[in-house]
Amino acid sequence: MLKKHYRHFEAIEKHAGLLAVLIGFMVALGGLAEITPLFMRVHETKPAPGIEPYDPLRLAGRDIYVREGCHACHSQMVRTLSFETDRYGDYSVAGEFVYDRPFQWGSKRTGPDLARIGGKYTDEWHRLHLLAPRAVVPESNMPNYPWLANAGIDAKEVQARMRSLKRLGDPYDDADIDAAPAALEGKTELDALIAYLQGLGTGAAE
Amino acid sequence: MTQIETYDDHVVRLFLLAATVWGIVGMTIGVFVAAQLAWPSLNFDIPWLTFSRLRPDHTFGVVFAFGGSALMGTCYYIVQRTGHVRLALGGLARFTFWGWQTACVLAMVTMPLGLTQSKEYAEPEWFIDLLITVVWVAFGAVFFATLARRRIKHIYVANWYYGAFIIAVGLLHVVNNVAIPASWTKSYPVYAGVVDAMVQWWYGHNAVAFFLTAGFLGMMYYFVPRQAQRPLWSYRFSIVNFWALISIYMWAGPHHLQYTALPDWVQSVGAAFSLVLLMPSLGSAANGLMTFNGAWDKLRTDPAVKFMVVALVFYAASTFEGSMLAIKSVNSLSHYTDWTVAHVHSGSLGWVAMITIGSLYAMAPRALDRPAMHSLRAMNVHFWMHTAGLLLYVASMWTAGLVEGLMWRATNADGSLTYSFLESLIAVKPFYVVRLIGGLLIVAGMAVMAWNMWHTAAHARARLIEAIRIPIPQPAGQHAPSPL
Repeated sequence: MLKKHYRHFEAIEKHAGLLAVLIGFMVALGGLAEITPLFMRVHETKPAPGIEPYDPLRLAGRDIYVREGCHACHSQMVRTLSFETDRYGDYSVAGEFVYDRPFQWGSKRTGPDLARIGGKYTDEWHRLHLLAPRAVVPESNMPNYPWLANAGIDAKEVQARMRSLKRLGDPYDDADIDAAPAALEGKTELDALIAYLQGLGTGAAE
Repeated sequence: MTQIETYDDHVVRLFLLAATVWGIVGMTIGVFVAAQLAWPSLNFDIPWLTFSRLRPDHTFGVVFAFGGSALMGTCYYIVQRTGHVRLALGGLARFTFWGWQTACVLAMVTMPLGLTQSKEYAEPEWFIDLLITVVWVAFGAVFFATLARRRIKHIYVANWYYGAFIIAVGLLHVVNNVAIPASWTKSYPVYAGVVDAMVQWWYGHNAVAFFLTAGFLGMMYYFVPRQAQRPLWSYRFSIVNFWALISIYMWAGPHHLQYTALPDWVQSVGAAFSLVLLMPSLGSAANGLMTFNGAWDKLRTDPAVKFMVVALVFYAASTFEGSMLAIKSVNSLSHYTDWTVAHVHSGSLGWVAMITIGSLYAMAPRALDRPAMHSLRAMNVHFWMHTAGLLLYVASMWTAGLVEGLMWRATNADGSLTYSFLESLIAVKPFYVVRLIGGLLIVAGMAVMAWNMWHTAAHARARLIEAIRIPIPQPAGQHAPSPL
């Protein structure tokens, strides 16, 4: 009896093409079931109140946050747990992230969560802290990022990035993109990163 | 039938060399970034030496450069032996070697310079992704073309795992990296926010499933019976586990996003499938371990067997741990802490690295035309250094993770939080030093292996090596060639 049934499997074990097709089918199921529904409903996820596309300075700041790999130690996701909301503030909701490419939720907190960091410290505190964290928090193990203070921002590059995001569906219009150079005039990477951090979590709270 | 054909082991030797070198490079970077967590001024204020930029170099270096080279090398070795046939498309196979090494070098150079998509384990920018895709398709072509001309009708199970590894990783890589380039050095993913998170962890979890599990199970299913000199404990069990493993793993990704803004039903589905995943995971580990029945004495004499047995024990342990961590209430304690780091390393240093090292020690003498590794003693030294380092690493990070998780949730009688975040960091700092010592032992062990490989390869370096003749079976019945 067993032997007879086993014959059906023998065909798979002797035909590489059939094996490959079946593997492809089996591994596709999980993603289809879990990703497609989210992808289909992506247009239903409305931006949370106060969530706007990143202005040029904050967009430049966000890209610096991504470039430096801040997500390796800082999450941006307040989980739906009381000890999280007590520490960081309101839990995060899907509508807050509609303009986040890539998402920056992180997977490890060597430092605290930053989803609600905006407005908690002054710009000057961030300036000192980013350049030399241990000057502000002696026990911190965050590295210094002194190069941010001297680096300028290429407005043309930011405009190109805004155009790419527009192509992906983010609601920038030509006037927004044309206005970028003026908004970035004289700004350093440090200014941009601080503008980004100070905006984190402030939208949803309004 | 007196035709003479030999195995194509040249490309296997190239990958063996690459794996040895990348292992040391990737793990040395790991030790350096571990030291930075204890002493943060070690970035010397240099951008590309900074923890946040170097961390992907460590993960990419050990997973894709070290693990990838070991997987491709052993894959080419095994598909030839189990099919009694020479590798197909030899030129393309060499291209996969040089293409993969180029992609690895490009990624390892550009990521510290700040070129990153910031998706974990998929950091390299779009132009490197394209190269990886081309190499991967070529790798698949070489593998399946070799299968198609095999002389043994039945496809041995190790090849199933390698096949699933190639197909699934190709799928994951392409879907997760769909992006629009804004310039040569910067791209934006087509997914945003929650969808991006879901796609990324569908990818991230299954990079673990298919790169670090299915591929290395393929290695295990060939080298464990080979080294034990025993048939696989249950062949049918290995096949049942195969279908269960590859189909269930793909559903488990959302457990990386418990209690987040991901829809609740997806989180629950991910947790449920993660628990079901216990069965094929423990089944595969049991199948490997039981294969040593009747050959346990080899534990005393063969260090490669020691590596394999400990690898299987850690495979069972870390997959069990993984399923437990996927449960929402456990995850609320462990997530974002160093417990995750402990879990990843018990899997990667315990299972992946040890099955790889065991397999390399088993394969190297044969691929290098020597009766045995140059030094048995050095293999034993390596085993104990690796094991001691591994235990120090995971024990310190488990403790650190528990300390963090418990301190973050501790509340006073009046409901206020007991500890500031900073207090939890101060509490775990000593464990970061213990972890560093563990890492140092492991890298030192890899250096011992490199020394041993170098001497075992003396013959090959002097070009005295002779290609191994393929035992060609008479084409009859079971053995009749049957393409695809």
